Amino acid sequence: MPKISIKAEIITHLFGLAITNSMIASAIVFLLTVFVALYFKQQSAQKRKGNFYYLIKFFIKSIYDLFYSVLGAKTDVFFPLLFSFFFYILLENWFGLLPGVGSVLIKVVEGHEEVFVPLLRGNNADLNTTLALAIISVFSIQFFAIKYLGIKKYLHKFFNFSDPISFFVGILDILSEFSKVLSFAFRLFGNIFAGEVLLTIVAFLVPVLASFPFIALEIFVGFVQALVFSMLTAVFLSGAIAEHH
Amino acid sequence: MSAEAMKLLTVALSIAVGAVGPALAIGMIGSKAVEALGRNPEAESAIRTTMILALAFAEAIAIYALVVALILKFA
Repeated sequence: MPKISIKAEIITHLFGLAITNSMIASAIVFLLTVFVALYFKQQSAQKRKGNFYYLIKFFIKSIYDLFYSVLGAKTDVFFPLLFSFFFYILLENWFGLLPGVGSVLIKVVEGHEEVFVPLLRGNNADLNTTLALAIISVFSIQFFAIKYLGIKKYLHKFFNFSDPISFFVGILDILSEFSKVLSFAFRLFGNIFAGEVLLTIVAFLVPVLASFPFIALEIFVGFVQALVFSMLTAVFLSGAIAEHH
Repeated sequence: MSAEAMKLLTVALSIAVGAVGPALAIGMIGSKAVEALGRNPEAESAIRTTMILALAFAEAIAIYALVVALILKFA
């Protein structure tokens, strides 16, 4: 049976900070994202544009239309945040499917014995990453709610003393903000980690060819999860900045 | 029954029972979306967006069960 670890393994220590294999992968994906963004910006100023530019532009246009159906006229304000979520999560998910990620092992000393751990790990298969993304998403929702409604109306949504029913609904609203973080984090983590486990088990049972349909499925799942994450953020945003009466 | 057998049983039961509800929910969402599409084909993009959102909510519940099962199995 292949060994499956639910948490990211520690590769080395840097100034007392434990560097895990998923952190290395996230650094690579982050650099990739920045590189693609810089390339896009540089190409958009030129007269003759490359094919890759039009591919990204096609992506951005389709996603923009999708968000426009949710947010309407305010799409331009939130689109940078939402598309960053989408693009970063998409690259993270697809990076985890590349050959070599999870299969290239490195020798580390753990306690007194030497063990082999993967050098890279699919980034969203680590709960810390998805929790960080979820916290960023929920905090930005609160931030924009305060910015658009004002602090008084924002607090009024959660603390309403006019009648008992509104008071309890307010308490439920506070709870639902916390459960949003959990559901964002677990949805992304569960989907991607389940995919990794599935691919490992299938490759273990049938070493050749059988993995192919599952990898195609995981490419699709990675896309859908990136879309769902950014789409849910958009829906919660449009709910949070709407006036309540 | 040994502790190991009990553990395997809880893993299998947690995902098996946890998958029933979301499976029904996803089936219902799909059938209703197709029904709505048949009645009003112009609203395809709006229906698709709403359907994917509802699917994500329903599927999240199965994922919770899956996470519990994976933690029981591997942690």
